[in-house]
Amino acid sequence: MKSFKNHISLVIALVSILFSLQVFTIVERSIDAYKENLAQNYSLVVVSQKTLQKKELLDKITTLASIEQLSPDNVIKKLNTGISKKNKELLKVTLPKFYKLQLKIYPTPLQLQRLQKELLRYPYIVKVETFSNTHDTTYKLLLLFKNVIFILSLSIVLVTILLIFKELRIWQFKHNERMSIMGLFGAPAWLRSAVLFRLAIVDALIAFGISFVIFSYFSSSAWVSEQFANIGISVIVFDKVYDSLIMLGVSMTVSVLLASFIVLGHKEEV
Amino acid sequence: MDKVIIAQNLSLAYSKDETIINKANFSIDSGSFVFVTGASGSGKSTLLKSLYGALKPIEGSLVVGGVELCGISSKKLNFLRRHLGIVFQDYKLVKEWTIEKNIMLPLIINGYEKSITQSQVDSLLKHVKLQHQAGKYPLELSGGEQQRVAMARALAHNPILILADEPTGNLDDYSSQLIWNLLEGAHEQLKTTVIVVTHHIPETIKIDYKHYHIEFGDIHEVV
Ligand SMILES: Nc1ncnc2c1ncn2[C@@H]1O[C@H](COP(=O)(O)OP(=O)(O)O)[C@@H](O)[C@H]1O
Ligand SMILES: [Mg+2]
Repeated sequence: MKSFKNHISLVIALVSILFSLQVFTIVERSIDAYKENLAQNYSLVVVSQKTLQKKELLDKITTLASIEQLSPDNVIKKLNTGISKKNKELLKVTLPKFYKLQLKIYPTPLQLQRLQKELLRYPYIVKVETFSNTHDTTYKLLLLFKNVIFILSLSIVLVTILLIFKELRIWQFKHNERMSIMGLFGAPAWLRSAVLFRLAIVDALIAFGISFVIFSYFSSSAWVSEQFANIGISVIVFDKVYDSLIMLGVSMTVSVLLASFIVLGHKEEV
Repeated sequence: MDKVIIAQNLSLAYSKDETIINKANFSIDSGSFVFVTGASGSGKSTLLKSLYGALKPIEGSLVVGGVELCGISSKKLNFLRRHLGIVFQDYKLVKEWTIEKNIMLPLIINGYEKSITQSQVDSLLKHVKLQHQAGKYPLELSGGEQQRVAMARALAHNPILILADEPTGNLDDYSSQLIWNLLEGAHEQLKTTVIVVTHHIPETIKIDYKHYHIEFGDIHEVV
């Protein structure tokens, strides 16, 4: 019970830091996945007076994923009021060509502007339709969502760190006493702080273990994958190797750093 | 005869305005038993603090166990302290450790083997009549019991010099006698030098001893 109380406050603080970091990572990943999804569904329409050299254009503008000519039949069908077959053929030739361009990325409004300019530099391209209104709104919404989550995670981390610093004074007091007593019996500095570092490392491992279990559960939960499936994306909620290593690293670093603060702040009393 | 402590012109103070010990000269023979008396606030604890290097002299020279304490490195001081057995006036037990672990502390620091440590602690617990409290924590014991734990800890590693600050201050006659017997035993059997701060020199004491008195910042022998 006694040792449980020694551990609980630091463990809770560490878990809350790991938790907010991982949630932020998940949000970032979902937004990236969603953007990819958007990029697949998003396209520009280009009107050209000449047949486009697809290969050349794809080489020049690296963000382009594909160029597809739109058949003019639809347009002509709308004009189809007593035009002779011969005239129709003529119209087909003289009518400008319509292309659908797909991108590899979901562009920022700025990237979109640049792309438009670049395309319009070709003299035979007469119009580039970016559908920028809808694009802008979607993009800004994503950005807003990400920023809100970022601020939220950051405030949790900040509040936790403030709490840790408040607790630090109590820990400092408690460990100071033991370290002073050990010093009075001639314990070298490493031995005096060994207990503290062992405690810090154990706490970091416990916090990591708890977070590992929580996120392993999330990543295998049907409910969570359903949420992502609903918006048409699949996201790695918790990478058991990569994310684990980061969590373990953060947890150890914070914990050992705190222990070092206490050791450095140690003063022998007279 | 070897001197375990030599103080020359020793002055001790916590601040510049007030010297507690003023230019004291004394020396203590190795293997002797010394009582230090003095009114409360006269500087008895302060003197002991200087002997284990927690308070640096502001003037003079202080040699303990052949080591000059003025300007001593922390490594050397640690080495010296590992050979001292100190009973603090306020006990200084580690609250989050059991009685047993507290007594083990000097043995752990001195790198004793586990089996030796355990048997030594068991025998000490028996000597201070606390064998049934081994697993308890300091705050679960009475003041007198804590004081006996502090005594056992000071004896654990067979130190060359024992510094005890009012080790019977909180004890009834029976427990006090227990403590005196332990200190006398260590002195007789192991030739340990013992310096005890106390208000009353026990009448039951059988061995030869020296008596120093602290008064007005001066330390002098009472013959
Ligand atoms: N840590 C300290 N800081 C400042 N003054 C102290 C400190 N400890 C003791 N003193 C003062 O030094 C004087 C001697 O104290 P002390 O050595 O504890 O007396 P005692 O003979 O009762 O053991 C007292 O006047 C006390 O107020
Ligand atoms: Mg005192």
